[in-house]
Amino acid sequence: MSTAATANLLPEFERVSASLPGDARVAERRRAALARFAASGFPSQRDEAWRYTSTAGLARRKHSVAIDTPVNLARGRAALAAAGAWDGPQCVFVDGSHRPDLSNAVAAAGLRIRPFAAAVAEDGRIGERFAGWGGEELSPMISLNAAFAADGVVIDVADGAEHGEPLRLLFVMTADVRDRAVFPRVIVRAGQRSSLAVVEQYVGESAADGFTNTVTQIHAGEGARVTHYRLQDESPKAYHVGNLIVSQERASEVVSHSLSFGALLARQDIHIMLSGPESSVTLNGLYMAEGRQHVDHHTRIDHFEPTTRSEEYYKGILGGHGRGVFNGKVVVHQHAIKTDAQQSNKNLLLSNDAEVDTKPELEIYADDVKCAHGATVGQLDEDALFYLRSRGLDESAARALLTYAFAGDILGRLGIARLQKELAARIAGRLPGAAEFLEAV
Amino acid sequence: MTMLSIRNLHAAVEGKAILKGLSLEVMAGEVHAIMGPNGSGKSTLAHVLSGREGYEVTEGSIVFEGKDLLAMSPEERARDGVFLAFQYPVEIPGVNNVYMLKAALNAIRRHRGEPELDAVDFLRLIKEKAMLVQMDERFLSRAVNEGFSGGEKKRNEILQMAVLEPKLALLDETDSGLDIDALRVVANGVNQLRRSDRAIVMITHYQRLLEHIVPDFVHVLAGGRIVRSGGRDLAVTLEERGYDWLKEEAA
Repeated sequence: MSTAATANLLPEFERVSASLPGDARVAERRRAALARFAASGFPSQRDEAWRYTSTAGLARRKHSVAIDTPVNLARGRAALAAAGAWDGPQCVFVDGSHRPDLSNAVAAAGLRIRPFAAAVAEDGRIGERFAGWGGEELSPMISLNAAFAADGVVIDVADGAEHGEPLRLLFVMTADVRDRAVFPRVIVRAGQRSSLAVVEQYVGESAADGFTNTVTQIHAGEGARVTHYRLQDESPKAYHVGNLIVSQERASEVVSHSLSFGALLARQDIHIMLSGPESSVTLNGLYMAEGRQHVDHHTRIDHFEPTTRSEEYYKGILGGHGRGVFNGKVVVHQHAIKTDAQQSNKNLLLSNDAEVDTKPELEIYADDVKCAHGATVGQLDEDALFYLRSRGLDESAARALLTYAFAGDILGRLGIARLQKELAARIAGRLPGAAEFLEAV
Repeated sequence: MTMLSIRNLHAAVEGKAILKGLSLEVMAGEVHAIMGPNGSGKSTLAHVLSGREGYEVTEGSIVFEGKDLLAMSPEERARDGVFLAFQYPVEIPGVNNVYMLKAALNAIRRHRGEPELDAVDFLRLIKEKAMLVQMDERFLSRAVNEGFSGGEKKRNEILQMAVLEPKLALLDETDSGLDIDALRVVANGVNQLRRSDRAIVMITHYQRLLEHIVPDFVHVLAGGRIVRSGGRDLAVTLEERGYDWLKEEAA
């Protein structure tokens, strides 16, 4: 199909490909990935996985892969300040490029953190262990990232190394260049019985209208424990597409938190492969959309092995003309007896024009499994609203309090107290009337 | 001084007339009991007084401390000192009892021009008030009414009344669903909240509650109007004779 929408990314590739990191073999791989993307183009709504999410607006933009434009650090710093303080280790990226001057990633024993560009220059085979450069069959967006991935981070945790202190990866988008496109790549390799917590945070200047297409690959070795936080809070004009690909070995435990507040169009795909017996995953998610925002979560969990466990809790809060999409697919393969899979998606509509499409999908090919799912769409409870008002809270405060409470259990699952507090304030900040009670919370 | 003056109140729900000319005067310091058979309009009266949507006042007036109560939103009524103890208190998952009450009290204090209470002072206050209804402190930090038994919910209502210190308290079937011990505790809590500058209007089907909270006046509501008023004795008569003789009178 020669009409596939690819915006102007093909000529951009020709323009910047020589500046992309990696040797000739990497360059070949990039070109092949671009060809795969070019063949399909941006996904269309004829594609079942994109049925409710249109990329038309994204495909119309004239993207600029401005890796050769110097980063405007002054703007980066301002946006960075708005992202919230962080006194632990962090890697900061401004407009897609790693900034050692803004980062303070300390190398602890058994923990190796390298900027992606440097790591690829060192070793073009980075990431090959996990489905080539990472699951291109899953989405053309992953091919697109493979073609352009210029920076990011590669984290290796040695066997048995435990890192309690979370590492933040902060991606800042400025409005310095219009329609900037960035393609971060994050690779986490957690050795046997190791543990690690990573916070991926995406923020931007309020006028930033760029396109972030990010891929994160996590490999959890036997008995490893990895917690991944994804906080997407880009400007309301931004386009954000993320893919998280997780493969898990025996008895590993992964927890994924995905919180999506920003971007005009936000799409997050999460692919979990429970490839070792007794491995388990918890997916915890919250999405908010207002104005004309569109937020889409597609999650897929493959139970390949026996006695694997998955739990999924997603909630959505949709106001204005906001639109939410949730698709939770769980596949229990033939071999995966004694699988336990639980899934819940609850949505709160705050306005008549808000909309949500939620679809749980269960495919079970094994006997002796325990699977359950539930999806709800509702509005604020009028009786509860009246009850609060009859106690003296004004209507907007009562609405805010109930909305905030709706998100409470998702926030409660976040393992980092400071994030909990920050995100609570972030949620409340979007609810008119919340100031009246928030100091009490 | 007259606290509440209801004159010729007519109210309808979904086009169906429920209250048909109800009048009632309540002075500060008084305790009134409104009794009546099912369907007589008792709960409608409570809802209209608290400002619930869906109740259309077609005629008449309600004046509270010189103000037109019907022109006020539910929260304005609450801030001015009207409190409804719900017949069926609502469960609100995720909203902590203490936070809700603190937000409510501070909204009321702001309205009165009083300084807001900080967390420490508020906690001290609520613990003191919880003793009034013998409420276990564990319930304070739980979500509002979530998983509470019927008795615990009613205690929680009276606790809220004790914290918010209304001028006018409406108790809607506060005795329903209570066993005799819980009734005693709740009634005892209410009795301690009786004050010369506070009025209490109890709405109840049975006179059982009135043995514990002794009213100054008893009114019988039937067919949407008050058909008889009297003292404490009227309740006893009702207990003996039932409501039928009054319904006939009303008709």
